[in-house]
Amino acid sequence: MEDFLGIAELGTKTLQDLLDTAESMAEVLTRRVKKVPTLRGRSVANVFFEPSTRTRNAFELAAKYLSADVVNFTGGGSSLEKGETVWDTVRTLEALGVDAVVVRHRTSGVPEAMARQLDIPVINAGDGEHEHPTQALLDLLTVRQRFGHIAGLTVAIVGDVLHSRVARSDLYGFSALGARVILAGPPSLVPEDLAEPPVRVTWSLEEALAEADVIQVLRIQRERQQEGYIPSLQEYRARWGITRERLAQAKPHALILHPGPQNRGVEIDSDVVDGSQSAILRQVQNGVAVRMAVLYRLLGGEPE
Amino acid sequence: MADGNKKAAAERSWRITGALILDPFTGREGQGTVWVEAGRVVERPSGAFPEETVEASGLWLIPRLTDIHVHFRSPGQEWKEDLRSGSMAAAAGGFTVVATMPNTDPVVDIPALVAWQRLEAERLGLVRVWPIGAISVGLQGKALADLWAMQEAGAVGFSDDGRPVADSRLMRAALSYSRSLTGPIIQHAEDPGLFAGASMHEGSVSHRMGIPGAPAEAESVMVWRDVQLAALTGGRLHIAHLSAPGSLEALAWAKRRGLQVTAEATPHHLLLTDEAVAEWGYDAVTKVNPPLRPAAMREALVEAVREGLVEVIASDHAPHHADEKGRPYTEAPFGISGLETSLGAVLTALVHGGLLSPLEAMRRMTAFPHRLLGQAYPGLVPGAPADLTLVDPFHEWTVDPGRFYSKGKNTPLAGARLRGRAVATMVDGCWVMREGEVIDPCADN
Ligand SMILES: [Zn+2]
Repeated sequence: MEDFLGIAELGTKTLQDLLDTAESMAEVLTRRVKKVPTLRGRSVANVFFEPSTRTRNAFELAAKYLSADVVNFTGGGSSLEKGETVWDTVRTLEALGVDAVVVRHRTSGVPEAMARQLDIPVINAGDGEHEHPTQALLDLLTVRQRFGHIAGLTVAIVGDVLHSRVARSDLYGFSALGARVILAGPPSLVPEDLAEPPVRVTWSLEEALAEADVIQVLRIQRERQQEGYIPSLQEYRARWGITRERLAQAKPHALILHPGPQNRGVEIDSDVVDGSQSAILRQVQNGVAVRMAVLYRLLGGEPE
Repeated sequence: MADGNKKAAAERSWRITGALILDPFTGREGQGTVWVEAGRVVERPSGAFPEETVEASGLWLIPRLTDIHVHFRSPGQEWKEDLRSGSMAAAAGGFTVVATMPNTDPVVDIPALVAWQRLEAERLGLVRVWPIGAISVGLQGKALADLWAMQEAGAVGFSDDGRPVADSRLMRAALSYSRSLTGPIIQHAEDPGLFAGASMHEGSVSHRMGIPGAPAEAESVMVWRDVQLAALTGGRLHIAHLSAPGSLEALAWAKRRGLQVTAEATPHHLLLTDEAVAEWGYDAVTKVNPPLRPAAMREALVEAVREGLVEVIASDHAPHHADEKGRPYTEAPFGISGLETSLGAVLTALVHGGLLSPLEAMRRMTAFPHRLLGQAYPGLVPGAPADLTLVDPFHEWTVDPGRFYSKGKNTPLAGARLRGRAVATMVDGCWVMREGEVIDPCADN
């Protein structure tokens, strides 16, 4: 594996291996001293052309726990505003001797195009509406920890699937590891042709909830209302919001995931976020472990 | 200087022998010899000039190869293309005539700019450049430009290409007014709301790649509106770069009713599908408007060209600078550099594919474009301007944009194997391209 660009192109074996590595990283994170010397002397650039505190922090901590040096580069206030292209920016970082770049960009395909231009590994930290592969890894890890397996589970992905890179990566990841995936939400955001069988598309949340072992709740952007995809956020909540009452219709063991940040009271209610079926905080913890696994795999340090 | 050379060259006489003459203007098809003297086709040379023979066995000889949809970017965007580089690309591609779109900076919406493009192209002495004027002032879609005045200055048609005429009232006015003009109203059909934010065709490939897409209906809803307005007004409507099945239905509806509606298809829509976007992996060379469509839609378009429902093939040559096309997919501009691959793509897809006879294929790039623009050319008959192209229909070659004369190297056909290409282009009795080399400006050959 030279780059980490998307779940779609990973084989099942690689995916399993990454989850296994992430599992041992998660164990390291329970120790009082979390730092291991694995990547000492290596350096990682976090290049975020789109702001994301959560993902960037997770990558930064992951690199630091592995003893790598980190340089953070954000789109605003940088040379990008002086006419430099995104490609110039990363080529400069490569020339400065960075060993890997972590890239977040609002346009699909930017990490892939960068990988073609760079000799060092490129890690996709979310590109446009395409993929967010480390998010899928942490979702997979969270589910595997809870159920002990992924194969045979039914995973409902609820909300704005059309515009969601998280949904795409989850769809590929859970499908590859043998789960059944149901996409649920309004027809404008979950069009029928969005995925092919055996993935199912339904516009009925009740139908999806009745079968789901895992419910991934996607964030709904307020712009979708202005863009004409949905009526008011109140109507969205009434039909597709995950409330305590709705959750009562799901299987009692159904696990709630959300990639964050949540619009409490819109796609998910506070008592669900903070409720007993929620794995949302566990997701955040696992976010560091999976990114350690990816960095470890790409930068190839010797196991401690 | 150029003029002097051109005159000297044009005074020479040529005998082109052995070629298969394909003349869609007269319907002539067969082996024969063409004599050229002082810029015109002649019955027999007068003998007053030294005659030179061009042996053209195994080649096709085609008069007036025409591309009615090109962007030469001048005035104002010469880093993308200019009249000289565009004309050289046309000559290299085998074209003797091109019609240039007015979405330059400033927009070609006044007679002076039409006249300037004409004069500048004549000074270059390469190919004939027929300007298309804007429909609306500044392409703003609000007020009609002075269409007749531009026609008087040499405009052959009118278009806001790059943008649709979205306002139905203005489109009605343009079509209505076109009844008093010789050229058509050329529509870039695209519903602004349905296309908003899109970078490719909406379907399984866009869903997979996470690139915002627009449905084919973004085009066809406007074509349906426009054919209804053509019926209302009796005006002359030409649909540029038609690509959607619904547009084909609207066109068939218009033709059944005997309306003056025509359409063109591009070589890239005839040859490629939206899978090319995935194959090129987010490289914006595949980004074009209208977007590349799925296979079933491509096949419907090929069939429409075959049966003549869509009667013209035009490249929509849209060169851009590499830095612009190198931007992230959704941020890069739309457009494919097409003049130097158009003929090869058409021959590969349609003629060698067994769908169209050579004469019928060439009709869509010669006589039909002339007819729809209201431009006369008699064919290869004595007295006609000697505008002709020699084509090697079986020459196999690999597209290498690095060798383009166009400044725009942006094409998803890069690396493709094509069969057939122009080997010589003559305009006004002088060679402007031979053996793939553009002769500039027609000096001493
Ligand atoms: Zn156009």
